[in-house]
Amino acid sequence: MKKTVDILIIGGGAAGLGAALGAVEAGAKEILLVDRKNRLGGILTQCVHSGFGLKVFGEELTGPEFASRLARKLAETPVEVWLNAFVLSISPAKEALISSRDGLYQVSAKTIIYATGCLERTPGMIQLPGTRPSGVLTAGLAQLYLNEYGYLPGKKAFILGSGDIGLIMARRLSLEGAKVLGVAEIMPYSNGLVRNKVQCLDDFGIPLYLSHTVSRVYGNHHLEAIDLVKVDEEGKIIQGTEEHIECDLLLLSVGLLPNVGILKNAGARIGESKGAAVDGSLMTSLPGVFSAGNSLHVHDLADEAYLEGIEAGKAAVNCLKGVPEHRTMTPLSHNENIGYLVPSYYDESYLGDLLIKFRCRRPKEKCVIMVIADGEIIKTINKISMLPSEMEIIRIPKKLLKNNLKTIEVILEDRL
Amino acid sequence: MKLQTTCIICPRGCRLTVEDDLTVSGNSCPRGERYGRQEATDPRRSVSSTIRIDSTLVKMCPVHTSAPFPKAKIPALMEAIKPLSAKAPVHMGEAVCQNLLGTGIDLLISEDIER
Amino acid sequence: MQDVIIIGAGVIGTLIARNLSAYQTDVLVLEKNLDVGDGASGANSAIVHSGYDPIPGTKKAEYNVRGNAMFDQLSRELGVPFRRIGSLTLAFDEEGEQKLSELLNRAKQNGVPAEILFGYDAIKEKEPHVPKEVKAALYCPTAGIVDPFLLTARAMENALDNGAKLHLGEAVTAIKPIDGGYEVQTPKATYQTRYVINAAGAYADEIAKMMGLDKWKIIPKKGQYFVLDHFGPFVKTVLFPLPSQKGKGMLVTPTTAGNYLVGPSSSIEESKDDVSTDSLTLAQVKEGGAKLVDQLPLKEAIRVYAGLRSSIEGGDFVIEESKPGFLNLIGIDSPGLASSPYIGKLVAEMAESRLHLTKKKNWNPFVSRIKLANLSLEERAKLIKENPDYGEIICTCEKISLGEIRQELRTSLPCLTIKAMKKRTRCGFGKCQGGFCQARILEEIARANGKKLEEINYGFPDSFQLKEASK
Repeated sequence: MKKTVDILIIGGGAAGLGAALGAVEAGAKEILLVDRKNRLGGILTQCVHSGFGLKVFGEELTGPEFASRLARKLAETPVEVWLNAFVLSISPAKEALISSRDGLYQVSAKTIIYATGCLERTPGMIQLPGTRPSGVLTAGLAQLYLNEYGYLPGKKAFILGSGDIGLIMARRLSLEGAKVLGVAEIMPYSNGLVRNKVQCLDDFGIPLYLSHTVSRVYGNHHLEAIDLVKVDEEGKIIQGTEEHIECDLLLLSVGLLPNVGILKNAGARIGESKGAAVDGSLMTSLPGVFSAGNSLHVHDLADEAYLEGIEAGKAAVNCLKGVPEHRTMTPLSHNENIGYLVPSYYDESYLGDLLIKFRCRRPKEKCVIMVIADGEIIKTINKISMLPSEMEIIRIPKKLLKNNLKTIEVILEDRL
Repeated sequence: MKLQTTCIICPRGCRLTVEDDLTVSGNSCPRGERYGRQEATDPRRSVSSTIRIDSTLVKMCPVHTSAPFPKAKIPALMEAIKPLSAKAPVHMGEAVCQNLLGTGIDLLISEDIER
Repeated sequence: MQDVIIIGAGVIGTLIARNLSAYQTDVLVLEKNLDVGDGASGANSAIVHSGYDPIPGTKKAEYNVRGNAMFDQLSRELGVPFRRIGSLTLAFDEEGEQKLSELLNRAKQNGVPAEILFGYDAIKEKEPHVPKEVKAALYCPTAGIVDPFLLTARAMENALDNGAKLHLGEAVTAIKPIDGGYEVQTPKATYQTRYVINAAGAYADEIAKMMGLDKWKIIPKKGQYFVLDHFGPFVKTVLFPLPSQKGKGMLVTPTTAGNYLVGPSSSIEESKDDVSTDSLTLAQVKEGGAKLVDQLPLKEAIRVYAGLRSSIEGGDFVIEESKPGFLNLIGIDSPGLASSPYIGKLVAEMAESRLHLTKKKNWNPFVSRIKLANLSLEERAKLIKENPDYGEIICTCEKISLGEIRQELRTSLPCLTIKAMKKRTRCGFGKCQGGFCQARILEEIARANGKKLEEINYGFPDSFQLKEASK
């Protein structure tokens, strides 16, 4: 079956909903949003905790509330929504193949917004040493089992990685009657938000082991125990510091990766955020294909992913008049104190301001951010402190950016 | 006694100091001041959980307290939630249970679940 | 009385069962695990070796070459992915070139087509990813790759469809001779049988010991591997280093699913169940693999695993009827997978000559399945119209539909565990490792088997994935 639309949005989570609402606001009419799940909201629906919506709605909401509010907004628009539908492939010509219970559809779109969220890093990806028993789960899967299925995967848990999902799960498991024995973080600082450490660990007396990791998993069938070890400044295991801990559940909260599979298969270039390499309008290397949210780079807050979705939605509408024939693609670079930076390029044909988003590589105090275009400092921001777990967003007004720029550099340095 | 705590109202996480006379320092906004005082006198936390639901879409329905709940009573609250259940359709904001454990706080549905 | 009991449902046991199911006979397979192929058959290099490596005149040499030749027909009949992609054994210096000519000689004696390619340019034509420093390579076009999970499962299913029986989760605890055969005991039942085939892999020595045969000792040799995602085009042939005392060495190969494997290491173990991995060995695997390709994209690694080779002293396969009606298969390590079709046939014939069996007239050698990836868009659309389950994609990494999952739950071969479903359909084999689809799959398995979610195991017995309902 064939269908033609102006904008195809892949993913109905925070970013995809933002993209749809942004596109509607900018005047688009024929929008199709496709999601694999049976309801809108993406991962938000399993995030039953509060902490969402402060930026977007000015009040604190739970994940499902945030999702439902956005879904209600969407219901008032002409956006067509397909649920239980999965995009098998997209092409650079913006033809999508979509499978659903209703059939197989070939959808031809003028623009595509890719907003498929992220994946969790798995035990295999980090090559967790030891056996591979049941009872070793990513924190997100455990969250799905507990919150959407009503099941505890174990009663004596340990958590590797201090990412926010891990911290949130420490609290959820404790509230639901499991004992959480501790959280190990290989870095000398926590990777989650400070308030999550306070209300998820401190409130329950759960120890946070900084500069620690799990050096071995035991159990041939189900998880029986782990070895917790100290690491040195380079993250290497310090022999002789092993502590054997019996547990029946090990959760991994060791990072998220943009889910780029389908976009990568279509030939889009991947950037250093591990999401697509985009220009300032969030357009990927495939003209007319945009990316936003966690599939572009991992955000701290769903609010940010939503707002990025709105930007992508507006940019996609702008593109309906015609894909820019010539993209200038000035590369954005950064110094070693910055972990990654989005966007990868600046295309001067885009009329919006340039939003630069990045994370510092390690915690910094009293530092300065400078944006340098062709050798000239165009923006300076002083910061009291910065953490890798907190994304920095800098807005560069369009008027500060000259034409025919060769380079744009973002520098993060200690303040003298 | 002086209380050192971290504000949990927003992701910023200000380090607060609450003196015996309940003056708060370290906060960046008035909400932090309110939080500091509350934490020193009657600590409360927002509680989110799930209850069973009769629905064709989901098995569990997310719920949350209508206001931060007295910390000491949270274990009893979790027990009180256990037997509760709902039947679709439900909508966010609807109360599943009112005046939880006599606190005047209600348990609210977090998600629109239509069927 | 049962005619034949096969102990162990690895690739050897199941292929023997399939061959025996062509005769008019009662075959029962006893397996201690909850699925077929959960031992070495499910954790190896997934390679159908050409047979240039085993010493001429050994059983390994003969059975490997004969087994290899049977794969085209077998994989077609059972619908198992198999590709003859050829192998290259790489040499980087003159000493290595010398070694290659010895191997070429061995290949000729074993009846394996082989040739030596000299120089980077010639080798690059077969495999663009070899390092520039390569001097020569032994090219063996008959080497192949197979899906060992499906080979084992489909062989068993085909045997079941033809009347064989399978009892999962039943470990043999004792065997004793009785009039006209043997009595085989498990914690659940006692069986009487005319013929026993011991295909217990790592535990074959212990089964033999139950009948007083203590001349064998299995020495488990662990091999650790990396699995890389199907990230795009990479090696298209099996790449070996020169073989050494320790074995064929660490290889780099594509799999039939488009992933890539790097490994295995080789270390002698005490335990027959310890399939743990460790960072030190994996670093060696990485180093070994890196020698065979110009760039090893280990950032694409999505999983590590280890398997245990069931090796014995002496090194050759032992396949013998040690006592009348008691047949032992001991030390079936590499090239066991490549040899398995021939061993299956051979052992069935050995049993047949003892039991004087007659062939069935209506034996059906085929297993068929719907696999969306093999269908045209039109066929796919039509199928979804007939059964919408085929339109609902559950595993988003491997793009497996609900229809394909439910299909596996309707066959004669039970699918009781998450791992069994993973091996049948590839659900959970992708980058997210089941993060997105596992809960749905758990539900489907539980429903089809009439169980609660917490009763479903991940793989082995007592490997629950969910402990208890939270409310």
